Amino acid sequence: MSVLVYTETDNGKLKKNAFEVASYAFEVARQLSTDVTAIAFNAENASDLGNFGVSKVLNCTNKELSTFNAKAHATSIAQAAEKEGAKVIIVSSSTDARYLAGILSGILKAGYVPNVVAAPQGVSPFTVKRTAFSNKGFAHTEIASEIKIIGVSNNAFGSVENKVDAEIENFNLNVSDVDLGTKSVEIDRVVGKATIADADIVVSGGRGLKGPENWGMIEELADVLGAATACSKPVSDLGWRPHSEHVGQTGKPVASNLYIAIGISGAIQHLAGVSASKVKVVINTDPEAPFFKAADYGVVGDAFEVVPKLTEKLKEFKAQNA
Amino acid sequence: MKILVCISNVPDTTSKINFTEDNSKFDTNGVQFVINPNDEFGLTRAMWFKEKQGATLHVATVGSAATEPTIRKALAIGADEAIRIDAEPTDGFFVARQLAEIIKNGGYDLVIAGRESIDYNGGMVPGIVAALLDMNFVNTCISLEVEGNNATAIREIDGGKEKIATSLPLIIGGQKGLVEESDLRIPNMRGIMMARQKQLNVVAPVDTNQATKDVSFEKPAAKGAVKLVDADNIDELVNLLHNEAKVI
Ligand SMILES: Cc1cc2nc3c(=O)[nH]c(=O)nc-3n(C[C@H](O)[C@H](O)[C@H](O)COP(=O)(O)OP(=O)(O)OC[C@H]3O[C@@H](n4cnc5c(N)ncnc54)[C@H](O)[C@@H]3O)c2cc1C
Ligand SMILES: Nc1ncnc2c1ncn2[C@@H]1O[C@H](COP(=O)(O)O)[C@@H](O)[C@H]1O
Repeated sequence: MSVLVYTETDNGKLKKNAFEVASYAFEVARQLSTDVTAIAFNAENASDLGNFGVSKVLNCTNKELSTFNAKAHATSIAQAAEKEGAKVIIVSSSTDARYLAGILSGILKAGYVPNVVAAPQGVSPFTVKRTAFSNKGFAHTEIASEIKIIGVSNNAFGSVENKVDAEIENFNLNVSDVDLGTKSVEIDRVVGKATIADADIVVSGGRGLKGPENWGMIEELADVLGAATACSKPVSDLGWRPHSEHVGQTGKPVASNLYIAIGISGAIQHLAGVSASKVKVVINTDPEAPFFKAADYGVVGDAFEVVPKLTEKLKEFKAQNA
Repeated sequence: MKILVCISNVPDTTSKINFTEDNSKFDTNGVQFVINPNDEFGLTRAMWFKEKQGATLHVATVGSAATEPTIRKALAIGADEAIRIDAEPTDGFFVARQLAEIIKNGGYDLVIAGRESIDYNGGMVPGIVAALLDMNFVNTCISLEVEGNNATAIREIDGGKEKIATSLPLIIGGQKGLVEESDLRIPNMRGIMMARQKQLNVVAPVDTNQATKDVSFEKPAAKGAVKLVDADNIDELVNLLHNEAKVI
């Protein structure tokens, strides 16, 4: 028996969240007195997983699997779980991981608990803590099925170094388009920029910014911080920013270390989607804006003055601390 | 084309969340229930297929009789028939098993579910159904076109979007973007009257085990007061973020 972890890659390189889910898997394996096996697709730096407690990596080098396909990936993970006799499978909270986890749950008849924020509270019964009601509450959830799938909330556990020797094994599967049923035709993705899903810092703008022409200063601030840019719902509804940047209860969830909200009032639906972020800063002209009640730091002021100043100060700070 | 829209009955987005019975249950007292927003987008898209492509449109929910006002609303918006599987939706696996049974027996070509329910945030029901019935599946779907047996979908991915070619039978996890916000349907008087005549079939659940169980709930710890920094003293903000919050 082992704990199996799905470690994601981007262009052949393991993603940052791969090390976080590996660290989580190591903790689960410790509680179960077993080892961690990772499954990766076309990972060039698979051995790096050894630094985070992974003893074995099943690296799938099929070129058919170099583009993400939820069914193909879920099927591969199910086969790996069977081969390793894994009873616990760990995945991240990325859009792709959430996509395949439901399929995997169906294939293996395994209970799946997403949005998990801490190490298991016990392994018999197997109980984990997760967010529910869009971050307005937590649930303590027991998984009763023989095989268990855990989706670890982004940034909740962190990466923890545990050096072991990782054995790398080639793991090849037979996949064909015919039985996959879905085919990727075109991918339109910002490259070389942090995304909301995996950024440590997210800089977000609301209707207070008046119009799309004013996003230059938001992007500049994000650049200095290496942050992803996001927006409130009306901003994407108005077409000022793409839908993929909309965060909140009906948009993308944000669980970054730092979330900076600029010209966003802090409506309940917005807060529900961003409150899992560890530190929140709000910049708003209105001292009564509800966001101030949910924030850690606040500046009552005009974004058009405060944001350029903050960017300037951060540049100075970066220069001194480089 | 025969379409089934899966509807989850959830607390309105503005609801205060409280727990009861020694923190073992969600407190529904004073809570307004609505069609899950992700399913509302799907239902509107399904109406388009009904009106423009002559599709037959059914809706289904797994829930007690208390969910009937929500299901009636879907009928008032324009669904032809409704099915209620008479059981508490205890977990995603249980719900998916119930829906799979309905889908298999009903011969649906297209099943529209949502990316996630905004109550328990499972995000798993359509994926499990897809695996149980070996249907094609597109999640976080923001655009869907169907022509004959072929479908073209766009799904949101981290940092952008992906266009996918697929075919029926298909299940999607829909979300905002699937239709324009301004096109979202609300029931009108005529729809509400007509809904009263439409069939709402109540069926018994199939026997299945629950895979996960929420044993208790808690609310997040109360937030400390915000630390205000003067707009003329942004150095202080940088200092706090570095030395106190340690996030830069
Ligand atoms: C079912 C449902 C789901 C929803 N889901 C979401 C969701 O997922 N995400 C989401 O964001 N919203 C969501 N909403 C919408 C939500 O209720 C709010 O309408 C929305 O969040 C408001 O966006 P905003 O804060 O950008 O705009 P506004 O509420 O208009 O706030 C603008 C803010 O900018 C401030 N401001 C103005 N000028 C300046 C300036 N020069 N400098 C600094 N500040 C300034 C103002 O004081 C104000 O606080 C949802 C609503 C519903 C009904
Ligand atoms: N009780 C239910 N009855 C019908 N459909 C449901 C139910 N619960 C979830 N669904 C469907 O599955 C989607 C995802 O839900 P979930 O996996 O619970 O987050 C929802 O948007 C609905 O379309």
